[in-house]
Amino acid sequence: MVGKAEPVNGSVKSGSNQSIPATMQSPLKKSDLIPNLSLKTLKLKTKQQELLIRVSILCLVYVLAFITRLFSVLRYESMIHEFDPYFNYRTTLFLTEKGFYEFWNWFDSESWYPLGRIIGGTLYPGLMVTAAIIYWLLRFLRFAIHIREVCVLTAPFFASNTTLVAYFFGKEVWDSGAGLVAAALIAICPGYISRSVAGSYDNEGVAIFALLLTFYLFVKAVNTGSLAWALASAFAYFYMVSAWGGYVFIINLIPLYVLVLLITGRYSMRLYVAYNSMYVLGMLLAMQIRFVGFQHVQSGEHMAAMGVFFLLQVFFFLDWVKHLLSDTKLFQAFLRITVTTAIGVGAIALGVGMASGYISPWTGRFYSLLDPTYAKDHIPIIASVSEHQPTAWSSFMFDFHILLFLFPAGLYFCFKRLSDATIFIVMYGLTSMYFAGVMVRLILVATPAVCLISAIAVSATIKNLTLVARAKSKVTQTGSVRGSSSSKGSSKPFQRNGAIALLLGAFYLLSKYATHCTWVTSEAYSSPSIVLAARGAHGNRVIFDDYREAYFWLRKNTPPDAKVMSWWDYGYQITAMGNRTVIVDNNTWNNTHIATVGRAMSSYEDEAYEIMRSLDVDYVLVVFGGVTGYSSDDINKFLWMVRIGGGVFPVIKEPDYLVNGEYRVDKGAAPKMLNCLMYKLSYYRFGELTTEYGKPPGYDRARGVEIGNKDIKLEYLEEAFTTSNWIVRIYKVKPPNNRW
Amino acid sequence: MAKSTSKDAQALFHSLRSAYASTPTNLKIIDLYVGFAVFTALIQVVYMAVVGSFPFNSFLSGLLSCIGTAVLAVCLRIQVNKENKEFKDLAPERAFADFVLCNLVLHLVIMNFLG
Repeated sequence: MVGKAEPVNGSVKSGSNQSIPATMQSPLKKSDLIPNLSLKTLKLKTKQQELLIRVSILCLVYVLAFITRLFSVLRYESMIHEFDPYFNYRTTLFLTEKGFYEFWNWFDSESWYPLGRIIGGTLYPGLMVTAAIIYWLLRFLRFAIHIREVCVLTAPFFASNTTLVAYFFGKEVWDSGAGLVAAALIAICPGYISRSVAGSYDNEGVAIFALLLTFYLFVKAVNTGSLAWALASAFAYFYMVSAWGGYVFIINLIPLYVLVLLITGRYSMRLYVAYNSMYVLGMLLAMQIRFVGFQHVQSGEHMAAMGVFFLLQVFFFLDWVKHLLSDTKLFQAFLRITVTTAIGVGAIALGVGMASGYISPWTGRFYSLLDPTYAKDHIPIIASVSEHQPTAWSSFMFDFHILLFLFPAGLYFCFKRLSDATIFIVMYGLTSMYFAGVMVRLILVATPAVCLISAIAVSATIKNLTLVARAKSKVTQTGSVRGSSSSKGSSKPFQRNGAIALLLGAFYLLSKYATHCTWVTSEAYSSPSIVLAARGAHGNRVIFDDYREAYFWLRKNTPPDAKVMSWWDYGYQITAMGNRTVIVDNNTWNNTHIATVGRAMSSYEDEAYEIMRSLDVDYVLVVFGGVTGYSSDDINKFLWMVRIGGGVFPVIKEPDYLVNGEYRVDKGAAPKMLNCLMYKLSYYRFGELTTEYGKPPGYDRARGVEIGNKDIKLEYLEEAFTTSNWIVRIYKVKPPNNRW
Repeated sequence: MAKSTSKDAQALFHSLRSAYASTPTNLKIIDLYVGFAVFTALIQVVYMAVVGSFPFNSFLSGLLSCIGTAVLAVCLRIQVNKENKEFKDLAPERAFADFVLCNLVLHLVIMNFLG
């Protein structure tokens, strides 16, 4: 019986091994009168069948990546989530209304009152320009769509594009099977979904696409040695620089990779062409972004790339001279002179640059990656962001699931078949895993590497297993290139059964992965953060829309030039939705200004009133979770207000607020805590409210205690608005008393 | 010691010269172009050292245009050189077209950066 090349749906094989010519198939088909829907009736050759399977898999993965991110749009509504995306939304709105020139030169006086902010020069424009271009394109095609819908759906769209890039990258590094698995894994991986759900209109949604694209194009350039691919990778790097500050990772990983290749002796002319053109063109393009400016030649974080650039010049120059000279003794002498001069000049230049301060050292944000304890001691504002904390094991398991143990397996396969591309992917994986361990937010950067390497493991394992499982039908073949197991398959049915059992196990694991990812997306990463949901006493869903209620009240009931003071978390939302001027916002570029607000919040009411009068504050906004049990409120953030305020103004001393080293709000709390502005504003009139059955009035559900100071009187402020669940409270600052 | 190093240097220089004389003319033209670009860059650095570096973006764009075009010319030389086994199936016309395209992009960016 002739072995027909039936397409197996579960495993995708690289069809060139079993190309039975089509002419042998057609006589069988013509005599086959049963009109079944097998692929044979389409009269395709094996290569075309394989292409059809690949394209259909990619289409399905593309659609899957998009729709798995739509949970919050379906459950709530199409709105922007969290805090940072509101700034991006506001700037995109500005861009579409006023045009690129106004956007690029925008000075915003509505935030950081009275300083203002040069928005045109201090943002990464990639995301906004991308959304604006999609918006204009849709408008050109006469789809009258609001810019908010475009913004909400930008991240899922680019996630789908990332799966395509992952496919091509996997194909470049290993083969098309690995590419398909990589695309499927990255489509649903929670580490990526967490920052790219619909509504999460943030830089990372676009930046991961640009990151993977840059890496793919660079590896392609190194593999082919073509200037065109290097130019493409320079453009992709430019897109990455315009999109996210994490481009520093690229500009350090690629030189490190070049260095590793040089040291292991795998260098070639293609490497020279690829790196040099990408570096020069990429650096020039990157300097067009005003926020980046001259950092590529002045900042310590970018010096590695320049150092490797010079090293490559010296290295290949020496290589060329060696090729020219036939006499090795002369070459040794020349080598000695050149190397000593080059190292000497380089060291002197670096030393002078760093000593004179011209080359700035590594900035706080990136230095804390190398020394994780740095931020805690020196820069409390970096330490206070919850995303900057070190990662727990549970986060890794939560975000990666089975990929966590497939990653070392994939590393093993990469080391078995070392090439320029696999060395790159191994380095990317290891460095990004280190950084993911230092900072929770960077799990996102590690996700593509982990997916790719795990895809290699999955693809190689399944390929070997299916070869063993199908060994019976290929007794005559002497075994494919790598499948040493197939030659044993003919006489040992146990091996075949074992292979089938392992295959079933592998499919079970992958299906559990898919279930886990969907569950995680649905439960953990699809909450808009601005709208809260809970279960009522009867199991019904209760929605708390307090934030938007408060911002809308601000928008409609305050004078247009009112200034609002709040903690910096809410700044972007207040400006975007409330349309009022704020004192500090999420950009956190001025630590002293934030410390002033922190000082005001932690002082007694009269001192705080002086500070508020000096800043022209009209309204104060606090977030309070005592009635609903919402735990991300300002009282829980109070310790950071004290620390940041105390960091700049020594009059605020943290021990004044502590009792036995902890912050308390009940009767045993420190007297300064019970009378500071934040406490008064949060708990004003709260002492009369019964929040829970069986508990005394004034029971704080978020802290789980009865508050200490129930009889609060405000002298310089009056309550303006409290939302229906008491989550947001707005107070008006009274003008000073008349003299008589 | 000094005498042997100077004799070494002379021998080095002679053998380099004789080996270089055998390279084809088109490669020598590219080498001349690279030399000219690097020389221009050096003149710019000396000028900057004399008059100061304001405006910095103009200085950088001038310097990087020289270095960039030198680097691209070296890449072209590598791709066109018949002795390089890796590039033997790359047509020299394609290499030159890539070179022109990259130079075009380089100089467009430079013009934007000049200020």
